Amino acid sequence: MTFISLSFADVALSAVLLVVNAGLSLALSLGLARQMAIAATRMVVQLLLMGLVLKVLFELSSPLLTSLTALVMVLFAGREVMARQKRRLAGWWAYGIGTTAMLFAGTMVTVFALTTQIRPEPWFEPRVALPLMGMILGNTMTGVSLGIDRLLTGAVDARVSIEARLALGHDRTEAMGGVVREALRTGLVPTINSMSAVGLVFIPGMMTGQILAGVAPMEAVKYQLLVMFLIAGGTAFGVLGAVLAGSRRLSDARHRLRLDRLLPGAAED
Amino acid sequence: MLRVRQLSRPGLAPFDLDLADGECVALSGPSGAGKTILLRAIADLDPNQGSVSLDGVGREAIPAPQWRARVCYLAAEAGWWADTVAAHFPDTQAAAALLVELSLPPEALGWSVSRASTGERQRLALARVLLLAPRVMLLDEPTSGLDPEAAARVEAILGARLERGAALLVVTHSPEQAGRMARRRLTMDHGRLNEGPP
Repeated sequence: MTFISLSFADVALSAVLLVVNAGLSLALSLGLARQMAIAATRMVVQLLLMGLVLKVLFELSSPLLTSLTALVMVLFAGREVMARQKRRLAGWWAYGIGTTAMLFAGTMVTVFALTTQIRPEPWFEPRVALPLMGMILGNTMTGVSLGIDRLLTGAVDARVSIEARLALGHDRTEAMGGVVREALRTGLVPTINSMSAVGLVFIPGMMTGQILAGVAPMEAVKYQLLVMFLIAGGTAFGVLGAVLAGSRRLSDARHRLRLDRLLPGAAED
Repeated sequence: MLRVRQLSRPGLAPFDLDLADGECVALSGPSGAGKTILLRAIADLDPNQGSVSLDGVGREAIPAPQWRARVCYLAAEAGWWADTVAAHFPDTQAAAALLVELSLPPEALGWSVSRASTGERQRLALARVLLLAPRVMLLDEPTSGLDPEAAARVEAILGARLERGAALLVVTHSPEQAGRMARRRLTMDHGRLNEGPP
């Protein structure tokens, strides 16, 4: 089997499904049509831009431009994480904690894979590095946003029991332990679930892509396994870093619960 | 032994307070006057300014968890972090003995927290504090949900602790309880602490 190229008309035809759904939403007044239209338009514009950018980057193969692109991806992921939080830390922290955790986790795991397993020539080859970073970052982002959201909501909900422990002389690690564990679990569950379901319930996107591009199934499987391990590792590091940093920020050196460091009001939506 | 100087935080005007060994001070005042904020500030549960020391040692010199085990605050609404009652007591044998004194069945340790009534939970929460044997107890309405008999038990146990040298700052809305337990009365009004009953 060889690679089958798509025309833009083919792509437009696939969008008909979404148009039908948007029509249904309008007819049943579900209020989803607008959101669907905006998200779909964003997807089209973002991916087309990305196609153009990648084309240029692949031709230039510059380490500086490649790492700058990776950084921009991290910054956007950080914005996305912040947008998904029901409650937010005040100030720079709302953006900073998730973004820093993803920057470290994503960079570490990507560089590890590039230099020791995939080993393209040169090792920063953007054709390999950027898609890899993107896959790791996308999954880490989901985990980090779920973890931080659960931490902040959990700390507010468990205020009385956390402060009961602090008042009895437990330190902040003990007092916040339950909430922190729950947040870590929430952040990691999607990754764990997808590892158990992969191959039985669904064929993952990257493997589908490689198979469609004509790669032998076993080769595609090896790549997919590698990527799944990288994703799981990256997500675990990212979630751990973000949740632990968040729990430190929600408490202070005198072992107080500092819910005053959350933005007021952002809760009830 | 507990010495508070110019302690303040938003909603709480700077105040001084001395509590001697074995002394019980009752604190009254309308809801929202800042009684809880005052207790929490002494326990260092909220950011605050001013100096607080126990037996001449400033609290900054002691890790916060140790400070709170010695100067222990009990909130009006007790918090629970595990499903079973027993999980909240590090030493269940000592707890069982104390529960009897508080007219609770020792089997209460095997209950799930959600099964206990408001009054039972209030006494269980007090038992957690008593088992730490703190030097100073800051109690926020410790008998509000109790029937007169159970309240009398609690007062008797607290009285015994006072005799052994513990100090007590207790928030109460009952002038009778304040009269029975405390020689000194304080009143909170709009964040200001004043000597004397309301």
